[in-house]
Amino acid sequence: MGALQSAAGQPGYVDLAEKTGFSFEQIQVLHKRFKQLSHNEETLRRDHFSGIPDLACNPIRAQIIEAFFDRRNYHQNGEGMVQEIGFEEFLVVMSHFRPPSLHMTEEQRENVRREKLRFLFNMHDTDNDGTITLEEYRHVVEELLSRSGALGKETAKSIADAAMLEVASISMGHMEPDEFYEGITFEHFLKLLNGFEIESKMNIRFLNMDTSTLCK
Amino acid sequence: MDLTISTFRGALLVVFTASCLLHGSRGEIPPKATGGVTLLPPVKPEVPHAYPNEEKSNLPVFTMDYPRIQIPFEITLWVLLASFAKIGFHVYHKITVWVPESCLLISIGLIVGGIMHSVHEEPPAVLSSNVFFLYMLPPIVLDSGYFMPTRPFFENIGTVLWFAVVGTLWNSIGIGMSLFAICQIEAFGVQDLNLQENLLFATIISAVDPVAVLSVFEDVSVNEQLYIVVFGECLFNDAVTVVLYNMFSFVADMPEVEPVDVFLGVARFFVVGLGGMGFGILFGFVAAFTTRFTSRVREIEPLFIFMYSYLAYLVAELFAISSIMAIVTCALTMKYYVEENVSQRSCTTIRHVVKMLGSISETLIFFFLGVVTITTEHEWNWGYILFTLLFAFVWRGLGVLVLTQIINPFRTIPFNMKDQFGLAYGGLRGAISFALAFTLPNTIGRKPLFVTATIAVILFTVFLQGISIRPLIEFINVRRTNRNLDTINVEIHCRLMDHTIAGIEDLCGQWSHFYWKDKFMKFNNRILRKILIKDSRAESSIVALYKKLELQNAMEILDTVSGDISAAPSIVSLYEEKKSSAKPKKKFLASDLKNMHDILSKNMYKIRQRTVAYTGKHALPNDSHSREILIRRHASIRRSLRPQSFQTSAVPKSHKYFSLPAGKSLDSKLFPPERLSFTDDQETMSEVAYPSRRSRFGQPARSSSRAMMPLRRLDTLKEVPSLDVLNEGRSESGGKGRGMSRTNSSYSESHVPAPRRHFNASADNNNGSADDFRNVHQEEEEEEQEQPSSPPPGWVAERSDNSTTQNPLLRRPQWNPRK
Repeated sequence: MGALQSAAGQPGYVDLAEKTGFSFEQIQVLHKRFKQLSHNEETLRRDHFSGIPDLACNPIRAQIIEAFFDRRNYHQNGEGMVQEIGFEEFLVVMSHFRPPSLHMTEEQRENVRREKLRFLFNMHDTDNDGTITLEEYRHVVEELLSRSGALGKETAKSIADAAMLEVASISMGHMEPDEFYEGITFEHFLKLLNGFEIESKMNIRFLNMDTSTLCK
Repeated sequence: MDLTISTFRGALLVVFTASCLLHGSRGEIPPKATGGVTLLPPVKPEVPHAYPNEEKSNLPVFTMDYPRIQIPFEITLWVLLASFAKIGFHVYHKITVWVPESCLLISIGLIVGGIMHSVHEEPPAVLSSNVFFLYMLPPIVLDSGYFMPTRPFFENIGTVLWFAVVGTLWNSIGIGMSLFAICQIEAFGVQDLNLQENLLFATIISAVDPVAVLSVFEDVSVNEQLYIVVFGECLFNDAVTVVLYNMFSFVADMPEVEPVDVFLGVARFFVVGLGGMGFGILFGFVAAFTTRFTSRVREIEPLFIFMYSYLAYLVAELFAISSIMAIVTCALTMKYYVEENVSQRSCTTIRHVVKMLGSISETLIFFFLGVVTITTEHEWNWGYILFTLLFAFVWRGLGVLVLTQIINPFRTIPFNMKDQFGLAYGGLRGAISFALAFTLPNTIGRKPLFVTATIAVILFTVFLQGISIRPLIEFINVRRTNRNLDTINVEIHCRLMDHTIAGIEDLCGQWSHFYWKDKFMKFNNRILRKILIKDSRAESSIVALYKKLELQNAMEILDTVSGDISAAPSIVSLYEEKKSSAKPKKKFLASDLKNMHDILSKNMYKIRQRTVAYTGKHALPNDSHSREILIRRHASIRRSLRPQSFQTSAVPKSHKYFSLPAGKSLDSKLFPPERLSFTDDQETMSEVAYPSRRSRFGQPARSSSRAMMPLRRLDTLKEVPSLDVLNEGRSESGGKGRGMSRTNSSYSESHVPAPRRHFNASADNNNGSADDFRNVHQEEEEEEQEQPSSPPPGWVAERSDNSTTQNPLLRRPQWNPRK
């Protein structure tokens, strides 16, 4: 654990901590993990991710990995995909999963909520046009159910359809007969998951302790 | 003998009068009056005893053997009385909003106790023996265990156990020690109480029982974490308390305690707790495995659930390990598997019976609490009791404060101060404390004092805290959770979140909650389900929810239908009265009542079938192209609209009336043509007509609201049966104008000779329908215009939504995602 003492002194960490809100120890642990994943290189590529054995059976593996290479998740108005990410990007994406702090004002809570939902939205909205179309949503559900065995693609499709119908009825309410619901915009997405407490669900307890040696 | 019987009669009369007073409704009196009548001649059977040598040989014309039935009879009466009280509270909803039910029950108990005391009647012997632990407690615990929200529970299991085990220990030891310190003060006159007895007493009053609080939490919908911790704490701390109680009451008999005993006590603690859990899991799996084979004997399915849970309880009791733990884990384990194995009805039965038994037990306990408060002998010691209250309050608060600080770093979402307040203030004492105090061994010299103090603590917490917690929780504005979110989207995102978080955790390379959950789910799907579940296809929770929503929808429809069975005749007769020129009403009513029942009952099955098909549609791969078909259908409707739009739109809304009789056997003379022009009250009629329409369209070939189509287009619709169902709910709810299509089709099918011009006439008479007619026409034109330009790209908005704006009253139960 000699590395740990040098951690706080490491120059980039202060900036990173400020930017992402992680503590030094957490950054330390994540950095170690980063290096482990990238085999001590400076950047991570997609094939590094696909090599993680635990992740291999995650049905939405592809979306998760893509989220790390999505510029939208780094800045407010980033766009497009990147091929390689450095440690900073890695941390920034991870920071979307930080649990909310104990003392938050309503406004902060709302911001956190928006931010997290935005991340989720970006995950669905693969072509970055600001709406989740039926195709995209179907894809998500298909992936989700892809490990459920007997359920075919078609089931996923019809569930996605039903879900979309639900979205349409929630967000549009009144629709003209020949109006088509083009897709879920972010505003609708917010409305849709209004009761879903994302701020209390989408978070991970980042450990201060290094456990990465325990699992691969 | 005579004397006891007459006193008993007095008591019964008191009970009757009390229960009459309770809910003050005349309706309940007759059954009780008859009960009184049968009781009145109890003196008669005693006559032979008084004069033994008189008329011995004669066959008795009237005999009575009260002692034979005494016990079950009294039990029944007590249960009945308590249940009446419960009905009484719910007559006025406002009472139970502000005053918890347990308070009211205790109050009633106090009143009854007062009456009994005034006539010198003994309180029921229910709590003086094992009865409480063998019969009253299991239903309560089974209820809580069975309805435990599994997912949040396992997400917070660490905190729950932390508070239940450590919190209870903290409270018991803290209160016990402080009370022992108080006992040293001479002024209170309780120096004879030693440490063991104080600890025993402290254990009794540290069992929290937040039934009252939970209902408040549910109403206010506080956040899930707080709710589940209070819920779980109450369950497991019962177990801990009972263990501690057994330990301390054993220790209290010993003259002195050696250090070895302490270690043995700790070891025993684990044996008791884990042993109970083990038995619970064992019996849970056995129960699940048994229900795998009950598909032929559906009627006894629910029985297995109760018997196995009770068996778990009894076996645990046999080995003197935590029986509460056993029954709770048994319920938790089997619930998931059993509910998939048993039929829908058995499932409902199980839930209802569990709830019923649980609530009756609880009602009785609180009720007896009130009775016993009055009728037992008390030893009132101001100092001791006041300090008990104080310590119970302070140690609970301190405990929550300290324990939360320790557990918070390990929680993903820490408890803030408000949550902690809720936790601390929600620590009401209840049934368990009371029962434990009552079953204290008589060897303890100051038992009356303990009983009095326990009752004081219970009354204090239940009344003061129970009543004030709602305003306080609302005042400090505890974080809330919307708990009833049953939409597919939310479920999808829940799942998505699980996987995302599990994935990110894998990326971070750390083990945690989701890692283990993932592992368990794999094990579950691969092995457990195969063994325990008959039809073990792993089902995604999204699909499960989907089915559930559909089933719910179907149930609602069923409810409406069954409601209509009774409603239909009356409304029909209403019409008959209104109609001056109605023809053979009597006959219509008589013959069609049966007919309607017939139709409706058949209809029910059809709805079932159809719903199953609907659900199945999403489970079966071959029905996939619904969306495409819908689009095609819309197009085809437009196409077919073009030529005859005029003709069809000439059908006025009054048609809906047609579908009322709905049976093919109902011939037209029962529905005189004049009635058809009767267009008032259509809303009501359509309610009635709705099921019958359905029966006719048992096949899902139902025209969408937009389709004002002539007869032959019905065929087009039949080609695409499944998709209609999708928007059927919406289109059916269509308003007056929209109803036409279906009436039109019913027209076509039933071959009722109703001249078309007749409708035209009525349409002319009726401005509203004329308007509709115009609107429809316009719309059709619009559609025609739009048609070439827009081949639906991917998502077709169901038009149905605007129909609800048209006539909200007409909305029938439909799948409402916002629910």
